[in-house]
Amino acid sequence: MDVGSTATKAVLLDMDGGVSATAISATGANVIAAAGRVFSEACKGAGVEDHEVSYVIGTGYGRYKVPFGHAQVTEISCHAKGAASVFPGTKTIVDIGGQDTKAIKVGPGGEVVDFCMNDKCAAGTGRFLEAAAAVLDLKLSEIGDVSLRSTNPLKITNVCTVFVESEIISHLARGEKVEDILRGVHNAIAGRSVALLRRVGIDAEVTFTGGVSRNLGMVRALEDRLALKVNVSEMSQYVGALGAAMFALERVKHGAPLPTAVRAVADAHGGH
Amino acid sequence: MLTAGLDIGAGMTKAVLMEDARAVTAETAVRSGANLGTAGAAAMDALLAAAGLRREDVAYLATTGYGRYQYPSRDIQITEVTCSGYGARFLFPGTRCVIDIGAQSSRAMHLDERGRVRKFKMNDRCAAGAGRFLERVSRGLEIEVTEIGRLSLEATDPTVISSICAVIAESEVINHVTEGRRVEDILAGAHLSIADRVVALARQVGVEDEVTLTGGLAADAGMVRALETRLGRKVNVSPDAVYAGAYGAALLGHRRLLKRQAA
Repeated sequence: MDVGSTATKAVLLDMDGGVSATAISATGANVIAAAGRVFSEACKGAGVEDHEVSYVIGTGYGRYKVPFGHAQVTEISCHAKGAASVFPGTKTIVDIGGQDTKAIKVGPGGEVVDFCMNDKCAAGTGRFLEAAAAVLDLKLSEIGDVSLRSTNPLKITNVCTVFVESEIISHLARGEKVEDILRGVHNAIAGRSVALLRRVGIDAEVTFTGGVSRNLGMVRALEDRLALKVNVSEMSQYVGALGAAMFALERVKHGAPLPTAVRAVADAHGGH
Repeated sequence: MLTAGLDIGAGMTKAVLMEDARAVTAETAVRSGANLGTAGAAAMDALLAAAGLRREDVAYLATTGYGRYQYPSRDIQITEVTCSGYGARFLFPGTRCVIDIGAQSSRAMHLDERGRVRKFKMNDRCAAGAGRFLERVSRGLEIEVTEIGRLSLEATDPTVISSICAVIAESEVINHVTEGRRVEDILAGAHLSIADRVVALARQVGVEDEVTLTGGLAADAGMVRALETRLGRKVNVSPDAVYAGAYGAALLGHRRLLKRQAA
């Protein structure tokens, strides 16, 4: 269970490590309810009852708000493990989520060698893109594609997300094109992410994870700034949850204790 | 002799008209919006209309604030640090320390005995510690900005806001509401968070009585209380605090005019 600031993700693995189901939903204000809802949805997807799941590991911003979780592992470790599984050549991870950005250096077995993160400020995170989309009255899912149409990217001078909203309004008032503004916004995030990556060292292959990795404009902006190809897949947003499930599977195989009383708590929080 | 001060801020544009650097003839304030030049013109038009005057009746016009370069028909532009300092002295002659909290920036200035700025520190890179922080929090709480001060004063147990970033704080306060914290306590927590950041600036320049609060947030009673709590001393607040920068500009404009006439 990867309970992020914006989206909650679940990955269910079978005993051979194959993905049986994934589920995702907006986290919203009630974090505990979101965890229960997404967990049940994943179980339904796999055609199993909630109680048949042997071991649950919580990760992400809300990892302690998974009442039916047996253990918690930081998202840094989970992203490293998950990314190395999806792209075995991964040496560097850039994870851009709703409210934080991480750069992780990964060892050959998917272990964390070094990491660096920004979770103090919304600049360079998904919130920055959300703010831009809101000001331009576009959907978050369409701004990446719009940015790719730009022929003359603008330079966004503010760092603060709040001030960038005003900056975008000023650009619009001056008659600048929406795609050029958006390309500037994507470039600004790429610039901040790459600065973070430089602190851990950039070695190919670079794998892009987190919700923002679904944005093709962001993939392109990162690749341009890095002058490198970046790995992305449909599993990119689930990499944290996948890593957590892999840790859970290891614990099951090593005979970790399996408390059963916690299941009742899960049911009380919306797991049907 | 009439001089005008036009303070084009990120949130509001303020204009004042002064006669011989003393009496205030008129004051106006309009929202700045996206086009700062237009806001400057609108504020000046309203000011002149209120006073029944034309532009040529004003002997000298000084602009200040974030948009001070956006108003072409000015005689001079002066930084907001200098103007808020002089404006604060006009409102409270004993002022030695000025704290100015606007929509997008906060500043602390230490003045010498004659009112000149000796040292200043400002934050204009980030919305933390400025009015926008409060706007975001109130948006998360779904309350009107004008209600913030009154509600904050009714707090009994201020909530600690751990996020510094205004955008992340907006999400944080939604969680506080979900966990059953009172809106009043959350708002008081937001005021204390801004106060912490502004007081850190003030300590760098030196806090000395009298301390005068200027800028738009001076109209927020909750902000004043939080600032006094964190400073451990009384703060001067005038109903005209939002116009301090504009007064400073008009006063400095008057001084320039006298110099020019003497030359």
